[in-house]
Amino acid sequence: MGLPDASGDLSSEMEVDAFRRLFPLRYFERHLSESIRPDARPLGRARDTTLALGAVASAHGSALAKIGSTTMLAAIKMEVMTPSTESPDEGSIAIDFHMPPICSPIVRPGRPAEAAPVISKQLSDTISSSGMINLKELSLVSGKAAWMAYLDIYCLDADGALFDAALLSAVAAFSHLQIPIVSLNDDGKIELISEEDDGAKLEVEPVNKEKRKLTLSSIPFSLTCILHKNYILADPTAEEESIMETAVTVVLDSSSRLVSFYKPGGPVLAHTSAVQDCVALTRQRVKELQNILDETLSGMEID
Amino acid sequence: MESERDDGRSPSQLRPLSCARNVLHRSHGSASWSQGDTKVLAAVYGPKAGTKKNENPEKACIEVIWKPKTGQIGKQEKEFEMILKRTLQSICILTLNPNTTTSIIIQVVNDDGALLVCAINAACAALIDAGIPLKHLAVAICCCLAEGGYVILDPTKLEEQKMRGFAYLVFPNSIVSVLPKGSSHVEG
Repeated sequence: MGLPDASGDLSSEMEVDAFRRLFPLRYFERHLSESIRPDARPLGRARDTTLALGAVASAHGSALAKIGSTTMLAAIKMEVMTPSTESPDEGSIAIDFHMPPICSPIVRPGRPAEAAPVISKQLSDTISSSGMINLKELSLVSGKAAWMAYLDIYCLDADGALFDAALLSAVAAFSHLQIPIVSLNDDGKIELISEEDDGAKLEVEPVNKEKRKLTLSSIPFSLTCILHKNYILADPTAEEESIMETAVTVVLDSSSRLVSFYKPGGPVLAHTSAVQDCVALTRQRVKELQNILDETLSGMEID
Repeated sequence: MESERDDGRSPSQLRPLSCARNVLHRSHGSASWSQGDTKVLAAVYGPKAGTKKNENPEKACIEVIWKPKTGQIGKQEKEFEMILKRTLQSICILTLNPNTTTSIIIQVVNDDGALLVCAINAACAALIDAGIPLKHLAVAICCCLAEGGYVILDPTKLEEQKMRGFAYLVFPNSIVSVLPKGSSHVEG
């Protein structure tokens, strides 16, 4: 195998783009040894993150999250359902993550992406175990009616760190969620009151006049890092993920408690110091994301 | 802290392990692995020529097929497939048989807790039986964080339902180091 070694000599003569395509690992390692990444980020820096609320007008809560060019659109639809007999005073949440063919050349039409159900499961595990949402708040009439929240997340552009962006959009959509007003009709059934004739006929008493927002406690935020040799790269792009395969995802809540630590295999072994460094990077990132979410929410209240 | 478990085990005591190799005749390698009442059957076919789409043809490709005890596979099983695939990729020497696919079929016989770690151990034993070149072995263990803050190893299904957090750990047998792998969900 003389080829990879020969690339060292070629690097001075070859065009940068050709070198990048032919020897992607060498190309990245040359950058890493200078403590910089090809997109000019330092190793521990995440990409620019933006949030927009209310991107889907027809949904009860929605958000568009962008981390670099990774784009996620999340929307929540509320429906009234009969709660299960085991938990009569709790609502429920159904989370689905979609990767349509538009998001990446890896996804082919007609065949669902392998990663989609895995991320979907991780999201519902994280959201339920972080205790962000008190399911009792989704109850309307104990044992009779409760809210079912359908959260659908669409990946529009898959450029790495999919779980991080999906979780951010999910959290933002829940904080934007406005629960529709419902009332009990004469038959004891729940019916929706539409916003327009809300003022016209007030003879029907709304069931949930006060409870139109969910109180979100201990919001989870996540950061994915790539481990490569001794380097830790925060918030990888799709290119970085495909070249260096060991990813670690840490989820912390807003008071920095560990919700989940996820490292599925990979050629690099995670030693104690690397694990601690990943958690420390996530702790910083949680503060950044918390600020972004707070700013977006306060910006919306002024409008 | 004291914790009497339903089956009389101490917190760090495992259930009896048993392993049988070469249990299937048509497969290239097979193994059954049981931890107490949890039992998993693993079969290995390959290396077969060619890789799937989107896989690197310069390396060997590992394919994991998870068969639950009953019914169709859901999101949970898809996640297990992905974890198992990544874990096995890290222990196999992939550059030795480039452009080949090795299929590992996991059949759950009975689930009584710690299913994923049982499947990882079974798959590893089946790979050895098939003679697939490995860098080292992988050994998996499940530990749980209980309500009172104490830790127990190798939970049964009943114990799993009462637990607050889980950690699935996979260790290589060659290097002495601590490495959390797989997934863990710790509440609160």
